Amino acid sequence: MRWITPRELREQGVLGMNSRNIDYIGRTNDRSRYPLVDNKLKTKQAAQQHGMSVPNLFGVVKIQHEVQGLESLLEGLEKFVIKPAQGSGGKGILVISERRGDEFIKSTGAILNLRDVKRHTSNILSGLYSLGGRPDVAMIEDMIDFDEMLSNYSHEGVPDIRVIVYRGFPVMAMMRCSTHASDGKANLHQGAVGVGIDIVTGHSLYAVQNNQKVDQHPDTGFRFDELELPHWDEVLHLAAGCFEMTELGYFGADIVLDRNSGPVILELNARPGLAIQIANQAGLRKRLHMVNDMRPIERGVEERVQLAKRMFGVTMV
Amino acid sequence: MSSKVQISLVAGILILIGLGLTLYKKIEFGFPLLPGQRQAVWTLESKISFKPLAGPVEISLALPDSQAGWVVLDDHFASSGFGFTVMTSNGNRYARWARQSLDRSTTLYYKLQLYRADNFGLGGSPVPEILPPELTADRQAAMERVVASLQERSSGPVSFTALLLKQLVQDQMDQDAIFLFGSREESKLAVVMDILAFSGIPSQRVRGVFLEDGRRRQKINSLVEVFDGKHWHIFDPKTGQPGLPENFFVWRRGGASVLDVLGGSSSQLEFAIVKNTLPIKTVLFMEQQVGEQPLLDFSIYSLPVEQQGVFKGLLLIPVGALVVVLLRVLVGIRTSGTFMPILIALAFIQTTLLTGLVIFLTVVGAGLWIRYYLSHLNLLLVARITAVVIVVIFIMAALSIVSYKLGFAQVLTVTFLPTIILAWTIERMSILWEEEGVHEVLIQGGGSLLAAILAYLLMSTALIEHLTFNFPELMISLLGVVLLIGKYSGYRLTELHRFRDLGRPDK
Repeated sequence: MRWITPRELREQGVLGMNSRNIDYIGRTNDRSRYPLVDNKLKTKQAAQQHGMSVPNLFGVVKIQHEVQGLESLLEGLEKFVIKPAQGSGGKGILVISERRGDEFIKSTGAILNLRDVKRHTSNILSGLYSLGGRPDVAMIEDMIDFDEMLSNYSHEGVPDIRVIVYRGFPVMAMMRCSTHASDGKANLHQGAVGVGIDIVTGHSLYAVQNNQKVDQHPDTGFRFDELELPHWDEVLHLAAGCFEMTELGYFGADIVLDRNSGPVILELNARPGLAIQIANQAGLRKRLHMVNDMRPIERGVEERVQLAKRMFGVTMV
Repeated sequence: MSSKVQISLVAGILILIGLGLTLYKKIEFGFPLLPGQRQAVWTLESKISFKPLAGPVEISLALPDSQAGWVVLDDHFASSGFGFTVMTSNGNRYARWARQSLDRSTTLYYKLQLYRADNFGLGGSPVPEILPPELTADRQAAMERVVASLQERSSGPVSFTALLLKQLVQDQMDQDAIFLFGSREESKLAVVMDILAFSGIPSQRVRGVFLEDGRRRQKINSLVEVFDGKHWHIFDPKTGQPGLPENFFVWRRGGASVLDVLGGSSSQLEFAIVKNTLPIKTVLFMEQQVGEQPLLDFSIYSLPVEQQGVFKGLLLIPVGALVVVLLRVLVGIRTSGTFMPILIALAFIQTTLLTGLVIFLTVVGAGLWIRYYLSHLNLLLVARITAVVIVVIFIMAALSIVSYKLGFAQVLTVTFLPTIILAWTIERMSILWEEEGVHEVLIQGGGSLLAAILAYLLMSTALIEHLTFNFPELMISLLGVVLLIGKYSGYRLTELHRFRDLGRPDK
């Protein structure tokens, strides 16, 4: 077992869990704003009010009785996603990419009928996928047609971009690539690949899987040093803009790239993990301090993004 | 920043108050900080409860003398609304409560503290007159045959008694003895006394209490004592063993009953017992000071014994909690359920570590397996948890019964494991299993057990037990320490491993 000394960590400016909880989440996040980010339906509604792009919402099923009327709700929808509003860890997300007569074709190719879809919806309502089994609501929204750049780098899952936003500044970003080992999940500790992304260019910096540097995606074989995210400016603007919407000082924005409509917000996280530091091979603390050192002036999204780019850019070696 | 200063200030003051009070007690009153030379001091609380009848009520309770090396440190009476006297008759002390009338069930208390200064036998006692029992003709005949058979096989009063009790305990009685013991409603002991009297052996009852720590409803027990012409020999009629049991406190030797209630019915005498291992000095001193020193008057010692026993456990919880806080905040160990490890540690104190671990793993393992099946049924949360609770209780019962039959009486302590907590642990672990995989279950389960074991090791240390019980003000200091830890924003030990390769990309 290898270790690093606390001094080295401090020199790297690594943010620890205790410090994240006390100095950032505890200090800058108002608890009353949590429901807004913990509930994807509320997040979506707030985002729409602020004119930010989110996957199109087709409908919401709130009570078991409404499950009976699901058929008419899905009328004419060729592809859609049914997901729990308070799901955790990407559980309970049903992606239908095609309809053939009475059959629903999942993105993986499996074929379902209406009863299966209804049962899945009913399970969502009874809290099967939500934290602690709380009753939930099911959201039916547009399926994202992933941008090629993202889908090349993910296997069996949702490839997303995580941007840490502190006091409105996008401070660090990574792309999370699901792998076969991670079972399609985008969590780094489950074996997904984390790719650090340069705030200035959207170009990859470093890729890591299970704490090991990797050069190419283990399943798709695409090289990570060729990864450059399109619409990068829009991604940063979208993430930074969530600050006004959530009023949270420290959060993570999960963004995906749609082939047609560009970056859309998938969800927000008020307690984003620290693994992003490993993917970037850089500590968060220094950057957070730099934001802290700035005079508290009201700045617009554009200005914040520009400042962030100037401060947090990584010169390529 | 100011909140940090504020916390440090408050924490500092709390720590100083706790330490200050402790030092004050040490210096001013001479409380020993270390457990040192310890002596088991037993606190007995006798509870006399009865239902009054119409008319005057009079309760008399025989009071114990110091016998067989036992020393009564102190006694107290609670007698609200009663006329109360302590009197002596025939060399025996009695407490007498009296009242003209009473309209509801009442409980009277008599509390005493005692320890065993020395360990010697009971010594001499006046030999009572033998009163031959009055018997019906058939019993008389049976009695004659039983006595004759016993006398034939024994050499004197002692072996006679030993043989009689052996037959009784091992259930090897002949028809006559079965008739004698079986046909009367009286206790077996009364029949034993009758047989002894019939055969002309002087005997008497020795009443007293078996001292067991934490017992709440202990009843008075009787031993039987026979005189062989020179010495008294004592037997425990329940086991047939000769000699005075180590933990038997003699309340009254010979004589009639211990408790007499006139003008009342359904009277009961029960004892709550707590054992403290303390320096005698402390106890003596406590008793003198209680009531005089306001500081000591508010100590745990001023509480009734039952509550003292409860607090003995409660006061250990902060220590366990500190372990959990340290492990989570400084080390970064993940546990399932924040304070579940403390409850498990408390259970370990009752079960002992190894037994506790085995039982815990068995119950949780079996529970997880059954929960796995339940998850297919797709139940609602509350119903699912309830189902798990029932299953857990069932597993615990099954475990007890099977192990008892196999001769492992230790496993009976399984009941000390907190059922509801176990059920929640199983539920959480199984969700974790489904969502994060078995790896995470092992990490969190292992973390919880590690925390529980460390907490147990600390909580069962004699020094910690001594300090928490005798210096509860140390909890104030503990509070201060916990506040400080709550503001610790440095790295966790596990993070030193997690971020080991940061900034060293080529390794």
